Amino acid sequence: MAADTFRISRRRALSLAGVSAAAGVGAGVAAGRSAPDASAVPADPAALKYPFYGEHQAGITTPAQDRLHFAVFDVDDIPREELISLLQDWTIAAARMSQGGSAGEFAPDAGPYEAPPEDTGEAMDLGPTGLTITFGFGPTLFTAADGTDRFGIADRRPRALVDLPRFSGDMLDERISGGDLCIQACADDPQVAVHAIRNLSRIAFGRASLRYSQLGFGRTSSTSTAQVTPRNLFGFKDGTANLKAEDPAAVDEHVWVADSDDQAWMAGGSYLVSRKIRMNIEPWDRTRLSEQERAIGRTKGHGAPLSGGDEFTAPDFSMPGSGGKPIIAEQAHVRLAHPDTNGGARMLRRGYNFVDGNDDLGRLNAGLFFLCFQRDPERSFIPVQTRLAGSDLLNEYTRHVGSAIFAVPGGAAEGSYVGARLFES
Amino acid sequence: MITARLPKPAVVAAACGILFVTACTPNASAETAAGGTGELSVTSTAEDCSVSAATAESGPLTFTIRNAGDQVTEFYLLAEDGLRIVSEVENIGPGISRNLVVNATPGSYYTVCKPGMVGDGVGRAAFTVTDSGTAVEPAGDEQAQIDAALTNYKAYVKDQVDQLLTGTEDFAAAYVAGNDDEARRLYPTTRMHFERVEPVAESFGDLDPKLDNREADLAEGEEWTGWHRIEKDLWPPADAGYVPLTQAEREAVAAQLVEDTTTLHSSIQGIELSLDQLANGAIGLMDEVANGKVTGEEEIWSGTDLWDFQGNVEGARVLADGLRNLLESRDPELAATLDADFTSLSAELDKHRTSAPDAAQRDIAYVSYGDLASEDVKALSDRVNALSEPLSRITAALLG
Repeated sequence: MAADTFRISRRRALSLAGVSAAAGVGAGVAAGRSAPDASAVPADPAALKYPFYGEHQAGITTPAQDRLHFAVFDVDDIPREELISLLQDWTIAAARMSQGGSAGEFAPDAGPYEAPPEDTGEAMDLGPTGLTITFGFGPTLFTAADGTDRFGIADRRPRALVDLPRFSGDMLDERISGGDLCIQACADDPQVAVHAIRNLSRIAFGRASLRYSQLGFGRTSSTSTAQVTPRNLFGFKDGTANLKAEDPAAVDEHVWVADSDDQAWMAGGSYLVSRKIRMNIEPWDRTRLSEQERAIGRTKGHGAPLSGGDEFTAPDFSMPGSGGKPIIAEQAHVRLAHPDTNGGARMLRRGYNFVDGNDDLGRLNAGLFFLCFQRDPERSFIPVQTRLAGSDLLNEYTRHVGSAIFAVPGGAAEGSYVGARLFES
Repeated sequence: MITARLPKPAVVAAACGILFVTACTPNASAETAAGGTGELSVTSTAEDCSVSAATAESGPLTFTIRNAGDQVTEFYLLAEDGLRIVSEVENIGPGISRNLVVNATPGSYYTVCKPGMVGDGVGRAAFTVTDSGTAVEPAGDEQAQIDAALTNYKAYVKDQVDQLLTGTEDFAAAYVAGNDDEARRLYPTTRMHFERVEPVAESFGDLDPKLDNREADLAEGEEWTGWHRIEKDLWPPADAGYVPLTQAEREAVAAQLVEDTTTLHSSIQGIELSLDQLANGAIGLMDEVANGKVTGEEEIWSGTDLWDFQGNVEGARVLADGLRNLLESRDPELAATLDADFTSLSAELDKHRTSAPDAAQRDIAYVSYGDLASEDVKALSDRVNALSEPLSRITAALLG
């Protein structure tokens, strides 16, 4: 059954890819197997669209868009059937919107005149602008804090969907942590991403409600070799060593859950860890350049490792510098986060910068909304973050204030819905 | 107003001939080719050290050194005797460019690169600085001033840690004896000694977390020791089901605190400090204020953040004052700005001081952080930012 679904979905994805490619759009990404044709510049960037249905959900290996609206929901005390119907409704609306359509059956200016419009309308005329909508399930959807099996799926909770441990220095705010369901909406136009979350939230009323949501701008990772590495709010290039869609073997090994992994319903899916990392912007800005580069382990300009070369030169962690100390400091971020330091652990990072205005002290409330996808957090995020939390030189300038983990199921076949296999016997 | 406070380039670089010149690299990414006045490019390879020109006019010179070799390299500007280092830049990785800014007086020099960071270097070449007619400030007797600053600061650190140890012993004794009122009086006033020299204490990597970890700093399963563990026991949370420490637990955590403080005390006896550490210590202390004290996150149980705040500011002021003579000759404007900003921050803090100005150390008192209005905290934060910006420029002003 599952194999059939995937065969169909992959054919479907390929046919959609053909359509998209005609419009100059990088395609094949939804299937997660082939590289996006990034050399082709869309004639109209607003028309950029990615297939919604496929083996994998879009929005993971899709070339990272410029804007994010990430939303986390808590599910009301509803029967299992209503949870399923919510996922079905969300899937249909998300599929439509990702192709530039309305959230509902009718356009925002159509439908019964005495009824409120089904679609809120602010995305009219904007085009899909590369919108992807990605759904995930939090630990509390499977098992409530008191152990209750809320929807008869407790025995299907994947082993890899662990409760994240407490890391040194965590200053987590419960109000922006955890949650039952997540939706990651990414697009090149912020209003398109916001429109998606707004309409999906509206659809959920009575079944699930917003727990918290986060706007992001300025993607901080590139997920395709065709993308220039962007900068985070420390002013440094971020994500140079990220997993890229063009390396399907590495993506298969480190991102996608395999058929043989634990829970079969998660095959083709991934695990998402989100961390809201506040940056102590003002002290950082007062830090001398030499110290900034020492903390990161790369040059600020080109992003080359301090051991030399250019941005994509592999860091040489053993290279001695003056005074017999390594030229890349023992506690430099690049060293502690690097796969070589972490038994080869890798993940696909997909984070965004954020500025939530300012705090009461007149300081920018800004930082990195870190998102990463991986096959098993216990082999990727958790050991890496444990190492970083212990001694990263950057810790002086950051604090983790939000945290969550979600099981992101594989993509849906057309006619089905996201997460259907979780509920099938 | 930041630009108004930027030290003038000519003044900034004056120290390069004497001090730790690794910091003379204000712009690591600049790739400007030689050509403009005072701009020179250097290419360092395994065999050679080619400089774009063999002469330059006196005044500020910028060498842009590009490492075209495959080993880490260094670049030196040597004095006429070919031995004394006028200026240098270290740790240039292969393929990386870095700038060296130096304020050169007329005379004969040598340039040399040191790929691999060992040996006498390669490509040694004569370099002549002709008189541009514009006077370059002489360095004067700066080394004597630097030595005095280091000696004075080391004495200050020792004195503070002496008092910290004595105070900690008294605090621990009061706590173990169940004299909690006395312990609560000694807690913030003793910690001020630690806060005044915090960057030095933090330089002993293992000790700082044992002494000063907050509950939020702990990883899962990590043991909590030090000041803040006792703080929570002396100011227990009112609402939740906090379990007070038993007498045996009190004795253990107090003994550990005294033991770790004793270790800190003996560790600092032979401490060596550099001018670089002094200059950065001041801004480090103000970062401590910005990241923890002004937000009330340092002393969440006792609310005694303002004692720590005052300790950090006093420590920063001692550092800045110790460097004042040096700074005065380089950048009098910066020195004056710092004086004014320290004064206005202290005035803001004094508004919340409840003890007399001449109170003994153990009687110093402030209002609890929780009693500050949000506009009070904003005003303090604004003054911290106002002071920290010019303070962060001391290192560049002194070292290049």
